[in-house]
Amino acid sequence: MASVQTGGQAKGRDRGVSAYRPLPDVPDELIGPDGLLRPLWHQLISHLQGLSDEDLARATGRADQYLRDSGVFYRQYGSGQSVERPWPLSHIPVLMTEADWAGLSAALVQRADLLEAVMADVYGENRLVADGFLPPSLVAGNPEWLRPLVGVRPASGYFLHFVAFEIGRGPDGKWWVLADRTQAPSGAGYALENRVATSRAYTDVFAGQNVHRLAAFFRDFRDALLGLRTDRDGRVAILTPGPMNETYFEQAWIARYLGVSLVQGEDLTVENGHLMVRTVSGLRPLDVLWRRMDGSFADPLELDPASRIGTPGMVSALRQGGLTMVNCLGSGVLETRALMAFLPKLAQHLLNAPLAMPNIATWWCGSEAERARVMADPSGLVLAPAFSTGLPFDHAGESTLAASLAPAELARRLRDAGATLVAQEAVTLSTTPALIDGQIVPRPMSLRVFLARTASGWQVMQGGFARIGATPDPTALAMQRGGSAADVWIISKDEVPAVSMVAPSSGPYRRSAPGALPARAADNLFWLGRYVERSEGIVRMLRARHIRLAESGRAALPLQGKMDDLLASYGVDGSDGIPQGLLDTLGAAVTSAGQVRDRFSPDGWSALNDLDKSARRMADRVTAGDDAARALSALLRKLAGFSGLVHENMYRFFGWRFLSIGRQHERAMGMIGVLASLADAKAPPGALDLCIELGDSVLTHRRRFSVATSRETVIDLLALDPMNPRSVRHQIDGLTEQVQTLPGAATHGQLSDLARAMLRCQTEIATATPESLDTESLIALRGTVAELSDLLTEAYLR
Amino acid sequence: MTRYSLRLAIHYDFARPTGAGRQLFRVLPAPVPGLQQVRRAAISLDPATGDRGEFTDFFGTRVIEVAMPPGLTRLDLQMTAEVDRMADESLLDISAPLGQLAPELAAHRDVGCRSPHHFLGQSRRILQSARIAAFARDHIAPRMTVREVVDHLGKGLHRHMTFDPEATSVETTADEAFVQARGVCQDFAQIMVGGLRSLGVPAAYVAGYLRTDPPPGKPRLAGADAMHAWVRAWSGEEMGWVDYDPTNACFVFNDHIDVGFGRDYGDVAPVTGMLRLVGSQSGSHSVDIEALP
Repeated sequence: MASVQTGGQAKGRDRGVSAYRPLPDVPDELIGPDGLLRPLWHQLISHLQGLSDEDLARATGRADQYLRDSGVFYRQYGSGQSVERPWPLSHIPVLMTEADWAGLSAALVQRADLLEAVMADVYGENRLVADGFLPPSLVAGNPEWLRPLVGVRPASGYFLHFVAFEIGRGPDGKWWVLADRTQAPSGAGYALENRVATSRAYTDVFAGQNVHRLAAFFRDFRDALLGLRTDRDGRVAILTPGPMNETYFEQAWIARYLGVSLVQGEDLTVENGHLMVRTVSGLRPLDVLWRRMDGSFADPLELDPASRIGTPGMVSALRQGGLTMVNCLGSGVLETRALMAFLPKLAQHLLNAPLAMPNIATWWCGSEAERARVMADPSGLVLAPAFSTGLPFDHAGESTLAASLAPAELARRLRDAGATLVAQEAVTLSTTPALIDGQIVPRPMSLRVFLARTASGWQVMQGGFARIGATPDPTALAMQRGGSAADVWIISKDEVPAVSMVAPSSGPYRRSAPGALPARAADNLFWLGRYVERSEGIVRMLRARHIRLAESGRAALPLQGKMDDLLASYGVDGSDGIPQGLLDTLGAAVTSAGQVRDRFSPDGWSALNDLDKSARRMADRVTAGDDAARALSALLRKLAGFSGLVHENMYRFFGWRFLSIGRQHERAMGMIGVLASLADAKAPPGALDLCIELGDSVLTHRRRFSVATSRETVIDLLALDPMNPRSVRHQIDGLTEQVQTLPGAATHGQLSDLARAMLRCQTEIATATPESLDTESLIALRGTVAELSDLLTEAYLR
Repeated sequence: MTRYSLRLAIHYDFARPTGAGRQLFRVLPAPVPGLQQVRRAAISLDPATGDRGEFTDFFGTRVIEVAMPPGLTRLDLQMTAEVDRMADESLLDISAPLGQLAPELAAHRDVGCRSPHHFLGQSRRILQSARIAAFARDHIAPRMTVREVVDHLGKGLHRHMTFDPEATSVETTADEAFVQARGVCQDFAQIMVGGLRSLGVPAAYVAGYLRTDPPPGKPRLAGADAMHAWVRAWSGEEMGWVDYDPTNACFVFNDHIDVGFGRDYGDVAPVTGMLRLVGSQSGSHSVDIEALP
């Protein structure tokens, strides 16, 4: 075994490099066949060796911190529930030379072209079946072959616009394709996040190594999406299955990164053959939809009737040619495992060339010759469902080692259900270095490579998404268990240009109008505003209650009873330190925010989650009284932090308006409720001071009124004073202003129902006096304000 | 040849005004080469809606596509048509022996809408059922032709099942209806399709109409007051498709009028819709078929 030298710079620690041994007969990225460290890796390895344990921990910590801060997670399903998991980053990127990558890219471009041609045929003339290149049952029996799409020609001329390939190195060191991802490939956004995180860990190495940037790929794909629009004002959106999808984070993230909107099926409708988004400004046409939803869910009317996340009429819009979908519905058929058995011949037939990169050797067991082949030598073969679209290392239990079956059982399965089975060579992966407990050790890997169709043809992302196995076991099946993800660095001999998402401007500068806000997003923002404000109201009330409890040591004061009634109206049990009702309200805020994550800065999202998590942690240990009062003060500061982040940083357009409307509406409702109860003529002693405390207006009251607290001063300050940001009047003025700027507030001088009701409400409060605004009028006012919410919902949020 | 005049009326009442929604109607008779010609067909909706289109689906069925405005409290659909049926009523059995079907299928390189390959295996509403498969096996003998298989299975099923409009709904699966041994034409047809597929015979579900006035001297057929469903089985290259009506235990010739066929009810359901119904919905429909001289 040759020794491993690191370019003569062997200072510091070894990091396990001298003990690093590739597995027998398994190619390795770090160590070449000659037993020597590949030159490509010298710089990174010697950098790692040069770091002290503390510095290394700090470097990898920076990467992890970045991922936490930006809220990267994936959703994991298991035992009946799903949870968000932190992103498992492997801290050593996979390094590739530019030349190797170019070869691999060319082969994958060929494959993308081949799949496009196959798709055009199976959704067109079906010559491949007629001429014997594809068995008819592979098409007709395939659940991903969507019959309503047969004969539908894509508006753009192409079925495929964004594809990915899962590839691995075989035992001979050559790449092969493990799976085709054509339905709705995920991972490109995660690749970008892995890149940012990894480059944070190794800033110097990254800067000095001529690593190809990823941004160019996204910029060109964004431009390609925009180029697919039928006119300049057309819209591009990403269609998501919703927040419960395992890669929703990535979808929201990419939408934000590309500057396109993220829509769900219920946001869309089809009108006169055109796909439309329901927005707060009415229906707006959508030209290009990047679909991250499996095809059969897209339209319950013509595809899977059980789908609750689709849009009735989607197929009709495609049929009428007014919509370009990335990728066209039905593209999942290309992921069929059995198709791999036919692609080598199809390449010859359709492209007149052999496959430049082979795929896993595959035998479709629907024909006698293939069955005989499998029976003759089942060793090293995996038996799997022919129509499976899973990755070789997903879907545990789907695949069986053929040799593990008794020959009679194998023969029976092949005879009874051959056409539904494929035999595939069991995949063994190559290894790449991973950092485990400060030591560099070999771990199996596979790569996902992304291709986007642009104006100049297929473009391959200069990088990718690497899966790293959790154990040294290089069989693909072992990849099911855990594992992590790594960045992929394509290293150039020459300097690489820095690229940013902002395209170099050609033509005159033009500020583009912000896109219309989908009604569902507006609804979620409105409720987010309400829930956050409601949480604040509850926290203030609870704090006031616990302070008094700590001071008097008794819970049964008449004032406590009043407060408990108010809290109970929000479903909160005032006797707990951090009651469940408060956690539920915060949870509802998080859920609403989660629905509109593409419209949030990562900071805002982190702040809200931090708030929610803090409250939950506190709930377990906080006791009533002083302890609770202090915890609630901490929560109040976090709430202020979130509100500050959102209100300071959100672009002042419809999204912000609905959030503000929600907040102001809730604040008005809350304050009226407090006054109706605590400023009532019969309220117990101390109630008026409590009002001022809940209204966070103690100082103002002292400054404005040199007299003692009275019902009149309280009502004046908290209900009628337009200058007090906590007063009812202030909320109503704010709401009136917001409502007037919403679309359709006034048409030809005619006020909308909402604008009219708003104005009436404002007049009512502007003309009220402390005397006239008694408890009865407050209750009436509360009804008027509550009605505004219904009118708003009716006008904009449906 | 028999010529028919056909009239369908569907009426819906909505207890509360509906939201906007899309509906597909598959009620128009379709031309079938060699079997059925459509002389004229027209459809009208009341209230009429602006956003309405028509297309032909994968299996060749004419589909009326309507975007319903919100606020409907009722909906009426009227369809009138004139159709010629030209079925060959000869009973000559030139179908393949059951054992010969697999190689014929393997050689059949086509996935067009009339290809038998669509009608093997299971579909959403006709899942594989061991019970139905066992029943089918019990009703055939070795060396039967496909036509004989169809005949024996159809008659056996007709004996096993009781026609009962109360026992099932449009959502009932083949297996559920078989266990109850009760149902309507949809259930009879779906069970028979499942049985034939379990034997390796490609079988389609056919939706259409049945003449209401019986020919002189013949009894009135069950299901005649409504839309009807039957079975279409692939009997080899030479004979092609054979239609059989298990509800009435007879081969289908000229008493039936085709609307369309598919893998199961879902492919040819007369009304597919996304009307968001807040309140309840009640509907009725009537069919009038008159044989023209």
